[in-house]
Parts: sequence; C-alpha cells; structure tokens
Amino acid sequence: MTSSALARPRCCTPHVLIQLQSCCDLKLLLVTGLFSLSFIMSCRRPEHMAPPEVYYNEEEAKKYSQNSRIIEIQTQMSERAVELLSLPEDQACYLLDVGCGSGLSGDHLSEVGHFWVGVDISTAMLDVALRREVEGDLVLSDMGQGMPFRPGTFDGCVSISALQWLCNADKKTHSPPKRLYRFFSSLYSTLARGARAVFQIYPENSEQLELITAQAMKAGFTGGLVVDYPNSSKAKKFFLCLFAGVSGVLPKGLESEATDRSVSSQAQFTAQRSRFKNMKGKSVKKSKDWIVEKKERRRRQGKGVRADTKYTGRHRRPHF
Amino acid sequence: MKLLTHNMLTSHVKGVVKGYPLVIKATEVKVNELEFNAQFVSRMIPKLEWSALIQAAEWLGQSQDLPSTLIPNYEKDEDFLRKVHRILLEVEVIEGCLQCPESGREFPISKGVPNMLLDEGE
Repeated sequence: MTSSALARPRCCTPHVLIQLQSCCDLKLLLVTGLFSLSFIMSCRRPEHMAPPEVYYNEEEAKKYSQNSRIIEIQTQMSERAVELLSLPEDQACYLLDVGCGSGLSGDHLSEVGHFWVGVDISTAMLDVALRREVEGDLVLSDMGQGMPFRPGTFDGCVSISALQWLCNADKKTHSPPKRLYRFFSSLYSTLARGARAVFQIYPENSEQLELITAQAMKAGFTGGLVVDYPNSSKAKKFFLCLFAGVSGVLPKGLESEATDRSVSSQAQFTAQRSRFKNMKGKSVKKSKDWIVEKKERRRRQGKGVRADTKYTGRHRRPHF
Repeated sequence: MKLLTHNMLTSHVKGVVKGYPLVIKATEVKVNELEFNAQFVSRMIPKLEWSALIQAAEWLGQSQDLPSTLIPNYEKDEDFLRKVHRILLEVEVIEGCLQCPESGREFPISKGVPNMLLDEGE
C-alpha cells in the first residue's frame, strides 16, 4: 500500500489555459471554469491548506480565544468527549489532551476537577493557552512522532478535532500510516490498563476512517466509532472511542427526537475488517446496493424496469 | 513544566533505550500555589518514579526534607502529602532544558513549555 494514495495534494489554484479557437471552445471554457470553481470550493478542509504548525498561526490562534462560535463548539465537543470517557465519579484523574491547542478542551477537564497534560504542535496555539493561564501542563510535540511519556501514566486521553491532521502527508518523508501507528502504539503504552481514549474527529471519507481504525487496532486498541446526530449533516459528530487493555461497552450515540431509535448509530470493530459505507450516506456508485436502489427509484417513477434476479448487480469479470 | 509532568516525560527518540529520567537544567523556576487535593496526590504516588522525583527536586534546590525513599502508609500522613503536592504541582520550571541521560540530546524549555519536537530520522 503506497502512502502516495493517501497523501492529499496541496490545494492550489488550478491553471486553466485554453486557446479559444471557436465558439465551441467558449462552452468548454465555461464548463472547465465551473469545474475549477467547484475544485477550489471543495478544498475547505484545513489540512489540505497547510501543515498544522503553519495553519495554526497567530491569526488563526486568535480565533480560538475570541470567536464565540468556535469556543462554543469546541467546549460542547469537549464535554461530550469527557462524558464518553466514563471516568469514575468524583475522582480527580490524570489525563492527556492530544492536540490541546489553546486549551479550550483542557479548561473543561480542569472544570470537572481533573489534572491534565496537553500536547500540541503549534507554538502560536500554545502561546494562547499560556495567556489564558490554563491549569494543565503544556508540551510542544508532534503526535505523529509518538507520545513522550512513560508507560501507564494516564487515566484517559481526549483529543478534539486533531486526529485527522495525521492522515495527510505534510512532508515528503511523512507516511500517514506509519505516523498513525507510532502515535497509537505509544499512546497505548502510556495509558493505564483499562483507560480510554476518546477522539472527536472530522473524517474526510471512509478510507481515512479505515486507515485510522486499522492503525489503532494494530496498536492493540479495541473500541469503535460513536456517531452523534447521524441524520443531521450540521450537527453530526464523530467520536472514536478506544479502550486500552479491556473490552468496554461502546456508549450510544446521541440522536435527535424524530429519528428511528432502532437504527444503530455505532460502528463496532474488534479484530474484523469491515467495509464502511460512503460517508455521505449514499452507496458507493455502481455497487450492487446502488444498482438496486436506482432500479427502485425508477420503478417509483413509473418507468419500465427489469425484475431483480440473482444476476442483478452480479460481479462480472473485469474485461466485461 | 511541573515536576509531575517531568516525572512522566521520557525521550522518545528512535533507538534510545534509557531516555529517562531527563536531566533538568533550569535557569528559571517558579513556585505557585495550587489547591491541595489529597486524594489525587496519594493516587499519583504509586505511579511516580520516586528516586527521579527526589533527584529533580535536588536539581531545583527544592528537596526540603522529602525522604529519599517512600515511606509506608503515606495515605494517612497529611503533612507528607502536602509536601509531595508542593513538589509535584507547585514547583514549575519556566526556562531551561531537559537532557537525555543516554544520548545527551537537549530538549529546550521555554515559557514553561518543553519542546519535544524531533528532527527527521529521530
């Protein structure tokens, strides 16, 4: 498996150079122009724009101390992550905050009464944390290089909006799977027996999710993905819950009132490899599921459709 | 960097076997006040490398009658717990560096934040 397949290209303005020789070319230019526009618009993900230590510069870091919307969202996610940690009640624990940034999540840990150590790669963000006088200790470190702590140190680990940064190769020497593995294996050892790690992540697609979970399992973790509000594209949040050493019961994802409660909002994994469906909630194009769905759609529209048989969407030889 | 954190930090450079404990070379140390939590301190004591803690306290000139070996039944001894609380959570290294005992590689500390970033190949 080559890491180049997983390394995302930097988002740069595509150069479109077309010689206008006839009015047909004008149409072509229009189409290409629209395509370029959608290409630019699709690069909304921060990790496609710059490495984290560059993206989180002073200007960006300021938002984390001033922008009330960002602060609110980060605090809510931190609260949910601590909830999912299921730590023993009324006990001050020693926790690790990976990608602690400006200390928004750390502040919540302190509020609940825990002691914590935060790790981050951006000096600008850590400077904001220092200015905000967070209670936890801060360490400047790259999570892809492993956690620099002794085995069995922490009672738990939280990470808010940080893990997806490991999935992109920011340098030629970076191999995302290797960095993910180095991170997860060092984290596994530095967690106490029975401790949990909860990661709030923004996965780009199912391949990225598979990559992350594969490396986590390889490092010895068990657990799964908890999805809150799976039917709302805006409120939907992903929490990867990992257990170190003991198998735990995966908490249930939050759901809005109107949804069907019998629909499972979790994906559990143990030693099995499972295929994740396309993140948008639609089937992968041209797959058997997609074909069956499309036939159903056309039937509803009243168009003539052949009956479904055992040959429908059957896998054919490549040359077909 | 508090001494509790220092007690847990090791060098994670590839190939280094004994990257612990990191030698503290401090140029600026600060002592703050922090609310005493007896339960947390007594729970953390078994996790600590006691000899490394005593050594670190000595380097910072803060060893103020801490025993060189752990006393039994420390959970009940509030005096002792308060001393441990002070050395673990109230003493902070603001400027200086940490040195790996095996390779001699230095990790600088600036504004209380140790820089554990590794170079290519480490």
